[in-house]
Amino acid sequence: MNTIDVSRRQFLKVTALGSSGIMLSLTVPGFAATGENGGVLIGSGDLNAFVKIDSDGVITIYASKPEMGQGIRTSLPMIIAEEMGAKWEDVLVEQAPIDAERFGNQSAGGSTTIPRSFQQMRQMGAAAKAMLIGAASQLLEKPRQEFDAANSEVSHASGRSFTFGQLAALAVKQPVPSPDELVYKDPREYTIIGTSVSGVDNLVIATGLARFGIDTVVPDMLFASYQKCPAFGGRAVSANLDEIRKLPGITHVFILAGNGRQDQLMSGVAIVGTSTWHVFNAKKQLKVEWDESGASKDSWEGLVAQAEAVQDKPAANILNKGLVDSTLHARKNKVVESFYTYPFVAHATMEPMNCTAYYSMAEGSAGVEVWAPTQAPQGIPEAISKITGVTQDQVTVHQTRMGGAFGRRFVSDFVCEAAAISKEVGKPIKLTWTREDDVQFDFYRVGGFQKMKGAVDRKGKLVAWDQHFIGMRQYGRPVMGAWFSPGEFPLPQLENVRASQTLIDIGTPCGAWRAPGANTHAFVVQSFIHELATAAKRDHVEFLLEIIGEPSWNGKAWSLNTGRAADVVKLAAEKSGWGGRMPEGRGLGLAFHFSHAGHIAEVAEVSVDKNRQITLHKMTVAVDIGPIINMSGATSQVEGSVIDGYSTMLGQKITMENGRVEQSNFHDYPVLRIGDAPEIDVHFLQSDNPPTGIGEPALPPVAPAIANAIYAASGIRVRAMPLSDEGITT
Amino acid sequence: MEYTLNINGEPVIVDVDPDMPLLWVLRDELNLLGTKFGCGIGQCGACSVHLNGSVTRSCLLPISAVAGTNITTIEGLAKKGNLHSLQKAWVEHDVAQCGYCQSGQLMSAAALLSENPKPSDDDIDNALSGNYCRCGTYSRIRKAIHSAAGDLAYEVGGETATIGRQNVTAEERRA
Repeated sequence: MNTIDVSRRQFLKVTALGSSGIMLSLTVPGFAATGENGGVLIGSGDLNAFVKIDSDGVITIYASKPEMGQGIRTSLPMIIAEEMGAKWEDVLVEQAPIDAERFGNQSAGGSTTIPRSFQQMRQMGAAAKAMLIGAASQLLEKPRQEFDAANSEVSHASGRSFTFGQLAALAVKQPVPSPDELVYKDPREYTIIGTSVSGVDNLVIATGLARFGIDTVVPDMLFASYQKCPAFGGRAVSANLDEIRKLPGITHVFILAGNGRQDQLMSGVAIVGTSTWHVFNAKKQLKVEWDESGASKDSWEGLVAQAEAVQDKPAANILNKGLVDSTLHARKNKVVESFYTYPFVAHATMEPMNCTAYYSMAEGSAGVEVWAPTQAPQGIPEAISKITGVTQDQVTVHQTRMGGAFGRRFVSDFVCEAAAISKEVGKPIKLTWTREDDVQFDFYRVGGFQKMKGAVDRKGKLVAWDQHFIGMRQYGRPVMGAWFSPGEFPLPQLENVRASQTLIDIGTPCGAWRAPGANTHAFVVQSFIHELATAAKRDHVEFLLEIIGEPSWNGKAWSLNTGRAADVVKLAAEKSGWGGRMPEGRGLGLAFHFSHAGHIAEVAEVSVDKNRQITLHKMTVAVDIGPIINMSGATSQVEGSVIDGYSTMLGQKITMENGRVEQSNFHDYPVLRIGDAPEIDVHFLQSDNPPTGIGEPALPPVAPAIANAIYAASGIRVRAMPLSDEGITT
Repeated sequence: MEYTLNINGEPVIVDVDPDMPLLWVLRDELNLLGTKFGCGIGQCGACSVHLNGSVTRSCLLPISAVAGTNITTIEGLAKKGNLHSLQKAWVEHDVAQCGYCQSGQLMSAAALLSENPKPSDDDIDNALSGNYCRCGTYSRIRKAIHSAAGDLAYEVGGETATIGRQNVTAEERRA
């Protein structure tokens, strides 16, 4: 379970904030990270939130997690407001400062915020409600049991009532209830949870007033750009610094040695000036001599050649069960062999990496202050301390709104660069990466290959499975997302099964990219299952349901529940019109994947013409992530995942040659445009499981559903992404 | 060089390099930060503004070319404190996810509605084809535009979201 038991709570304290505020602080020290799912990158630990009520009735709920478009600034406060009995219209959401002692872990990612915060948010709301009722009970001298709270009012059985605002000052003085005494609402009485609520920042976004990291303005700030070696890991030896320094608007230019860590500060040339445009311009004229002796020599073509050479060679054992070889070779069985390829891809967040930093040794305020669009603010003081020599407690991190993250902003390289540049300059600087920097210095979704062999018997049953995963390794370990575990679907479901792994050394930095591991495994496994169903001449839904098998579950959160899996497959099939007639050139494709505790099935409806041009008409999505908090927000995340998955599989591919990334901007790394966006039909099966996250799990089934639909429509089997490599375009 | 610009109905004088693109004049010189930097090559549309009412990308447009024109940025889309119908629709349909591209989307949508008050899906797709949304809010953008255009099929109610107290900017909070 990812939620924290009440019994583990060490203390629940209340402090007065001014004369009219309640400030609840719930702290749970020592809650360790869970690592059962690959998407969990940063140990999410202590959860914490607090509520303030002003005498004018405004209920301030602090958002302790960063917003990157996942809607957390709206959904978490909804839970508190629900349990409090607050009117949503009275809630004002404010971003909390970074404060580990008060808020615990303030990172966001791995679709973990909802599962880890749901119970805590309920406790926050229920505790606040108990104190408001306590205040009313004291005023009327009536027992607490005779009161209830709803619509931002506490009312007594007699009909007398008080607004939350009227009670605020007295509520502060109430004893803090023990977590064991808290009373929770019956979910059937929810009026906020499960409804559609518009994001709390929509108005500032629509009026251009939302402030992202890149919009940070600090008095006396200069603007900066940073050029690293295009081959990952190279060092700057010299550069035409004197020439650059003379350019208009340039105030400083210098080489930073870096500390050799890709996730912190690599060597490069910093250019500082009076506007972003001036430093971008100067960067174009920069000539650097690089020492590439220790730099990456990666080549995508080289990786492809290596993978092809080892695809049929014995590899490290992951799982070996039953009689794989004899079943694959039995004459009565039909064997399918396929080699799948998926590329490296970039995050390409709309807001390029940036950070504003101020290194100051002024007496009384010595330290480093950073304004950072980051998913993981609390690792920053340590990194900046290493880079600049200040102590960790001299580092102040301001967490800003992020213009997309998708896992990229777990790494704080851009923050370290900004701090180091500001130290050299002695002034606040805003470092902005060009889009070219952003595409060429990412922490990429790792590419890879899988050799698949499978057999179906005369009855069309899957009887053998042999999966050779060819992934990437750095520093002796698989890189982020290059994981292959014996628990990967459908390995545990099968009798005769072999899973093995080969890892190839690379120098290209890799990182978390929306549903790491899952986003590539699903493509291979769900496409290959369709290949086997086709070879067996069986209906894909029926074939997949047979593999999923009877309902079973080990009772652990974040593990596959085959009953729920079958339910979403059936629902997606039903809602998509599966089994109905399709016009010539049009087909349906199915895929299922379980990740981040979410069971998701999708059916794509695609047509393919003679020129291999495709149209994705519709994606039907069936989701079981337990109860939904914000229906509008959850639907948005599914819609976004479908677009992201489609956009990525269509034409996105990062290739390396001589250690350098060959793509540089949106002209050669395209994002899906509105005209190609399909209709997306989302269905939530709101099971009684605890609520879990939806930022990621709807993405992995997208690519295989589309690939399988392309086959159904045209007979073209897609075994490599992106589709543009197969000559398939929109 | 000194230039007199007309931005959101106000005359503004700037002293900048003639080649400096409008985007960076807005952002770095005038602190009009609603217009966003996305790619610098006119591919993504995050920097969209109106020039004499027509939508244009500001990231490649030198300031020397826009002196004397009427420039409208996202900050000027609401007139005299009244939200544009599109801005209301964007909130009602809960369009944004990260929100970074939405200034540009709104500027393209506003230019479309001023010329074509009842656009079809195809009209919308054409008019907004230059605006990337990396979060994938495209279907909601279409709905919100239809709704702002008064298409009854997209009227508020039913599927649209409850609107609570909206966040205020730090500037407003101080004021």
